[in-house]
Amino acid sequence: MIFLSAIFIFAGLFFLAVSSIGVLRLPDFYSRTHAVGKAETLGAILLLTGLAIYHGWEVCSLKLLIILLFIALANPTATHVIARAALRSGLIPWRREDSK
Amino acid sequence: MNLPFLAIAIFVGFLIALPLYRVAVGPTVFDRVIGAGLIGTKSVLLLVLIGFAYQRIDMFIDLAIAYGLLNFIGTIAAGRYLERQQGKVK
Repeated sequence: MIFLSAIFIFAGLFFLAVSSIGVLRLPDFYSRTHAVGKAETLGAILLLTGLAIYHGWEVCSLKLLIILLFIALANPTATHVIARAALRSGLIPWRREDSK
Repeated sequence: MNLPFLAIAIFVGFLIALPLYRVAVGPTVFDRVIGAGLIGTKSVLLLVLIGFAYQRIDMFIDLAIAYGLLNFIGTIAAGRYLERQQGKVK
């Protein structure tokens, strides 16, 4: 059981690292929302699943699953609200130079 | 003290330090808001990992739930406010 939780935890750490690097490296705001909305949500889900498997059947595992469900609902919603606000306030999406 | 979880918590703390550049420098205000949201979500995970590292998960998990709720409310409020400032935000 501890190997299964270790696999989940390290996969989650990988996706969290991808999201942090993506926020630094991607070219504009709309592409950075992908790093926040998708990669970080998947990393948090994997990490919390691994921790719940490590902890076993207790009340704290149920609370970990509540945090997991809340992050899975709230993180893409918040990203969507910010991206919609950016689009409505007139931020122009990035294009590659040679594709115009 | 649970050393593997402490090491994982230190690694997540290092991952929190990276988007601080985007919060400080970010070209638009939306980049700053989204960087702050990223830091908030990773802080929830860092609180849970600190709870596992010090073997007091029953105490830290309630703090993590409360912090996650506050982070979500803050991002939604910033989005709703910036949506009304049409054309004024750069």
